[in-house]
Amino acid sequence: MNEETPEARAARRQKRFLDNFLENVPHMKELGIEFHGIGDKWVELVMPFKESQVADPEYGIIASGAIFSLMDSVCGMASMLARGALEPNATIDLRVDYLREPRPQATVIGRGECYRMTRQIAFVRGVAHDGDPAAPIAHVAGTFVFTPGATFVPAGAA
Amino acid sequence: MTTLSLGTALRQLPRGRLDMVPYARLLDLSFDQSQGEARLLMPFAERLVGAPGRLHGGAIAGLLEIAGVAAVVRAMPEDEKLPRLRPVTVTVDYLRAGQTIDTYAAAEVTRLGRRVINVVSRAWQADRARPIASAHLNFLVDWPEG
Repeated sequence: MNEETPEARAARRQKRFLDNFLENVPHMKELGIEFHGIGDKWVELVMPFKESQVADPEYGIIASGAIFSLMDSVCGMASMLARGALEPNATIDLRVDYLREPRPQATVIGRGECYRMTRQIAFVRGVAHDGDPAAPIAHVAGTFVFTPGATFVPAGAA
Repeated sequence: MTTLSLGTALRQLPRGRLDMVPYARLLDLSFDQSQGEARLLMPFAERLVGAPGRLHGGAIAGLLEIAGVAAVVRAMPEDEKLPRLRPVTVTVDYLRAGQTIDTYAAAEVTRLGRRVINVVSRAWQADRARPIASAHLNFLVDWPEG
C-alpha cells in the first residue's frame, strides 16, 4: 500500500483547488483552460485545442486573442501566487509578442512568472508554447495592480 | 488571423455578424459600418466573465484585435486582394474594469505599410469618452501569391 507523502498530498490539494478555481472563471472555462503545473515562482495553464478558438478555419489556426486570454490568465495567477494571497488584482497592461503561428489544432501551454513584487504592483513575464518549450510561440510582459477589498474567490471555489 | 472571409463580409455588408470566424462567434461579434468606421459589438454574456462581475481581459483583447483587423480591411483599396494579417506585437492597456454590459470597439490605422501595419484600437461600454481598454496592434502583412 503506497502511503501518500505530505508533499504529494499538498500538491494534489493545490491542483484540486486551482482546478476548482478555474472551473469558476467563466471565460477560462469557455476556452477550456486548465491547470497544468506549478513551481516556486511560476504557474502553468494549458489550453487544449477547441474549434471555437480558431481564427483561421482554412488552416485550423487558433486566434491570437485566445492566446492573449491564456497569457493574461496565467500572468494574473502568477502574481496572485507570488502575493501568497487571493487578493484581487487587475491587469494594468499586457504585451504579447507573437513569435510564430501555432501549429494547426495546437494545444497551447502558457507559463507565467512574477519576477518583481512591490507594495502594489506585480511585474510579470510569460512564455507560451505548443509542445516544445524550446520553440515558443509567444513571449509576454505585463503589470498587475492589487486592489484590496473583497477577496477574489469566485463563487463555489472556496 | 483570417482576413479573407472577414474582409469579404466587411466589404459587402454595412452590418452583419462575424460568424465565419469561430473565435469571433465565441465572442458573439457583429459589426456596424453605418458611421464611417467598423464598429464591433460584443454583447454581454456570462461566458465572457473573468473575476466576478467583470469581463475577462482576454475577451476584451480578442475584441480589440478583431476591431483592428476590421479597420485594416476598410483602409485597404477596395479593388486590391486582401493580404493575410499576422499580429506581431499586441499591447493592451486596461483603463477601467469591464462591466457586465455590452462592449463596443473600433480602431484606427496609424500607418498602412506594405509590410507592417500599425493600428490603435479602443473598447468602450456605455460611454465612448470613457474607454475600458486600448491596444496597439502591429501586424505583419502576408500578400497573396501572384
